[in-house]
Amino acid sequence: MKRHFDPLFIMSIGSCVVVSLFIVIPLIQMLMAPSREILSESLYDPDVQKAIWLSIYSSGLAALISFIIGTPFAYLIARKSFFGKQFVEGIIDLPIMIPHPVIGIAILGIVGKHHWLGNLLYKLGIQVMGTLSGIVVVLTFVGMPFYINAVKNGFESIPVRLEHVSRSLGASFSRTFFHITLPLAWRSIIVGIIMCLARAMSEFGAIVVVAYHPMNAPVLIYERFTAFGLKYSQPIAVLLIVICLILFIALRLLSKKDSA
Amino acid sequence: MIQIKDLCIQLKGFALKHVNININKQDFFILVGPTGSGKTLLVESIAGITPISSGKIIINGHDMTHAPPEKREVGIVYQDYALFPHMTVMENIRYGLLCHKKNLDDQQRLHDLMVKTDILKLSDRKPKHLSGGEKQRVALIRALAVNPSVVLLDEPLSALDPCFRDDIQKLLKKLHKEINTTFLMVTHNFAEALFLGDRGAVLNNGEIEQTGPVQSLFNHPRTHFVAQFMGFKNILEVKVDHDKAKSDHIEFEIPPNIDPKTRYICFRGEDVHISIMRPSVSVNTFLGEIEDFIDKGPYCELLINSNNEQIQVIITKGELIKHAYHQNKTVFISIPPTAFHFIL
Repeated sequence: MKRHFDPLFIMSIGSCVVVSLFIVIPLIQMLMAPSREILSESLYDPDVQKAIWLSIYSSGLAALISFIIGTPFAYLIARKSFFGKQFVEGIIDLPIMIPHPVIGIAILGIVGKHHWLGNLLYKLGIQVMGTLSGIVVVLTFVGMPFYINAVKNGFESIPVRLEHVSRSLGASFSRTFFHITLPLAWRSIIVGIIMCLARAMSEFGAIVVVAYHPMNAPVLIYERFTAFGLKYSQPIAVLLIVICLILFIALRLLSKKDSA
Repeated sequence: MIQIKDLCIQLKGFALKHVNININKQDFFILVGPTGSGKTLLVESIAGITPISSGKIIINGHDMTHAPPEKREVGIVYQDYALFPHMTVMENIRYGLLCHKKNLDDQQRLHDLMVKTDILKLSDRKPKHLSGGEKQRVALIRALAVNPSVVLLDEPLSALDPCFRDDIQKLLKKLHKEINTTFLMVTHNFAEALFLGDRGAVLNNGEIEQTGPVQSLFNHPRTHFVAQFMGFKNILEVKVDHDKAKSDHIEFEIPPNIDPKTRYICFRGEDVHISIMRPSVSVNTFLGEIEDFIDKGPYCELLINSNNEQIQVIITKGELIKHAYHQNKTVFISIPPTAFHFIL
């Protein structure tokens, strides 16, 4: 008997191929473009090494901050109903929608000496503009919504009855959270960290406004492109992509292993 | 002992209204009611999971109305087991002991319970590798491990296959007898209630309709709803006049001294006798025609139209075959006056 394929199924396969090629072709083109010599030269370039390390380091800090302050928040909005909850959820999603330079401008607006917060930070000796702190603030701002949304979904998928049973067995709220909820949400937390890291690694627009220096990888790529052209910016991009790929695959494997 | 005094819970679109229940120490108390009547809400409020709007919850003489769940000494077992999926059976069961920092005596007691319920061999397994019956036994032992004052069972049998259900039902009865703890079980199955319960309450739409010994709920319902819920299939609105009760179409002979304010007469399908020949006793004997019958496996429900009144009769499969009852067959039904129950 002849096998019959539904037109919608064929369309789905077609769209899958188109989407994959749409993403993969430019990336492959870029990966193949630089010669081995230029790639090697870039790899040993101290500025490139510093920029890539800064990208990883600052994104890691943003993910860590998101983990520390985003996890309780995600738990709260996953478990509790309160007046204005949808409004709060809307606020969390705002950084995803706002154009990136606008985020930079918004942050600059509050860290300047004319704003009470900027004034307070200045008195505390914390400088945001043109510093690592500035980069971390921007990356946390843009990355945390992704973390919170992923972890919130994770908490929501854990039956609340497990927590009820734990409490009835004599566990306090904190013990229940650390022994029941958190271990079960661990995979979502890793996914949230990956999402936050990914978003932070790719941030350019807001960083250019808040902290052009010290240069992280996206800013250095942009600078090399404007100053020296495509040939000298591509190798850094290739290195950044490869390092990100290795990092994300490792995190994915870790989350899979944990869930198993 | 649990005392629930004038408990009210107001939620969006539903409310528990002025619930008053007293549960004696070591009782097996049954809370019955249809889906959505507020049974789980009431149980969760006793466990301290759902905050209440007003009223009091007193457990063993202590006012626990505002105590957090971990301070109430109340174990809870859910229909869907709620086992911690990332822990083994042993870790699940020991979880409560670790929270309470219990000593070795408790560990010995736990071991005995596990042997008694045949789950010791499952100690190293994760919940996903257990059958429904095994999961329910683990959930039960986990709740009992911490020696709670009260065990709350939220429909613990309804998600189980019939074969597991009977086992767990017997196990619950056995454990209750042996460990002398108060059990409060929620169910919508009155057969389970009859088998397990000492006393019970019927909840309907957030209000207690009747409380008392389970046998009394079953045999002497006080409201139309309780009668219906407890399996009285024939409930007819009547007017009582001395030793007669008249529905729209049938006149029943009833025992004397029945309250003339009686509004309903009810009787069970299994108490109605059916025959092809006119029976020798003529009291409450009526001619009727079989309108329909529903095969329920071991028994059959016959719907008989007698004088335009629909009467439901339950007979065994054997009787059905023996007398070859079929649709449109004319039969005699007789109802002994002792089968009647009256509701004001």
